[in-house]
Amino acid sequence: MNVAIVKYNAGNICSVDYALRRLGIEAVVTADAELLQKADKVIFPGVGEAHTTMQHLRQQGLDRVIAALRQPTLGICLGMQLMCRFSDEGGVDCLGIFDAEVKRFPAGKQQEKVPHMGWNTLGNVKDGLFDHRQEGQYVYFVHSYYVPVNESTAAVTDYILPFSAALKKDNFYATQFHPEKSGAVGEAILKNFLNL
Amino acid sequence: MLAKRIIPCLDVKDGMTVKGVNFVNFRNAGDAVELGARYSSQGADELVYLDITASHEGRKTFTELVRRVAARLSIPFTVGGGINELADVDRLLGAGADKVSINSSALRNPQLIEDIATHYGVQVCVVAIDANYEDGRWLCYLNGGRIPTGRDLFQWASEAQARGAGEILFTSMTHDGVKEGYANEALARLSTSLRIPVIASGGAGRKEHFRDAFLLGKADAALAASVFHFGEIDIPDLKTYLSSEGIPLRRETQTI
Repeated sequence: MNVAIVKYNAGNICSVDYALRRLGIEAVVTADAELLQKADKVIFPGVGEAHTTMQHLRQQGLDRVIAALRQPTLGICLGMQLMCRFSDEGGVDCLGIFDAEVKRFPAGKQQEKVPHMGWNTLGNVKDGLFDHRQEGQYVYFVHSYYVPVNESTAAVTDYILPFSAALKKDNFYATQFHPEKSGAVGEAILKNFLNL
Repeated sequence: MLAKRIIPCLDVKDGMTVKGVNFVNFRNAGDAVELGARYSSQGADELVYLDITASHEGRKTFTELVRRVAARLSIPFTVGGGINELADVDRLLGAGADKVSINSSALRNPQLIEDIATHYGVQVCVVAIDANYEDGRWLCYLNGGRIPTGRDLFQWASEAQARGAGEILFTSMTHDGVKEGYANEALARLSTSLRIPVIASGGAGRKEHFRDAFLLGKADAALAASVFHFGEIDIPDLKTYLSSEGIPLRRETQTI
């Protein structure tokens, strides 16, 4: 299988690459439009700040390339947030694949810490990235901004408020958590994506 | 619900062996990658690898180790030791580490926290603080507890947060190695006054100590070394016990 990882100034590209290698996949890490379009699967990782990262994607022309992909495409963490319409982080227009706005976590009643960092549970998981085995399982999150629950929500996690742990629309899939850092549960989710 | 985290800490010398490990029936205990993989499979939520080598040559081999750990493990890990400038952070994150922990270098040059946060995001920057309780005050130390600074723990932790620390790793020198529990009062004060997660370190001897760090100390995570390395506390047992005490913890079911 031909898997491409979108190469840009994101933090977790090598972690995603390593996770795929553990599953026996040698991915190509590239910013080349043609290679991305030709791949069977595309992964759009991301750790960083929304505004700067969107600017970088626009300069490289990657914004249009990603939004026009037709094969199964998986956004991870900031990758998922950038696939939404708009982000409060830096007040920036994003790729508009999912019709949702990214918001900053409000102050919680229990004085919850932000960033939401660590292992939390998945609920209401939908087919595609997930199967019944992941319902209620723990996955690893690190984020200060969240996507509210909306019509594309494919899994829900509760922290301060219920938010989208995953999204799904047409050929686009996305996770707020890091499947590449979520142990055996994360590996099962990555396998589900590769089997789409 | 967000789980409390259990974090084994591995002190690594010359990029290879782990200091202070004594397992019965585990021949590769000294191998930093094998030991990390073992803890991961037992349910550790995160790992910390500390480079205790001082030499330049040792630094290079540690970076190689970080690469091997990243290739092998599917849980997050933090690296620390000898991180003095952004180039060190770049090298270690490039090798696959998820976070870096800075201690003396942050006290000497607090700007480093801001530089790391700006370049890589606050979630990458763990500020480790070694503090000792003396004359009614918690005071910060440099160089693994050898050099006093006179800085107040709470004041420094609050400044680190303001500068962009994503987590505070607080080691109580007063409690470290004594195995009579964590510094729960100071932990609770830190945890309630800060908006970022606090990792408890120093003093674990029994399973109850972890419970107290979470319930009394309000810690978000608890770190320990020797109780794990000497097999005195088994991570699955610890998690079963803490769950029975009502503490939310990550458990993987057998079906995965």
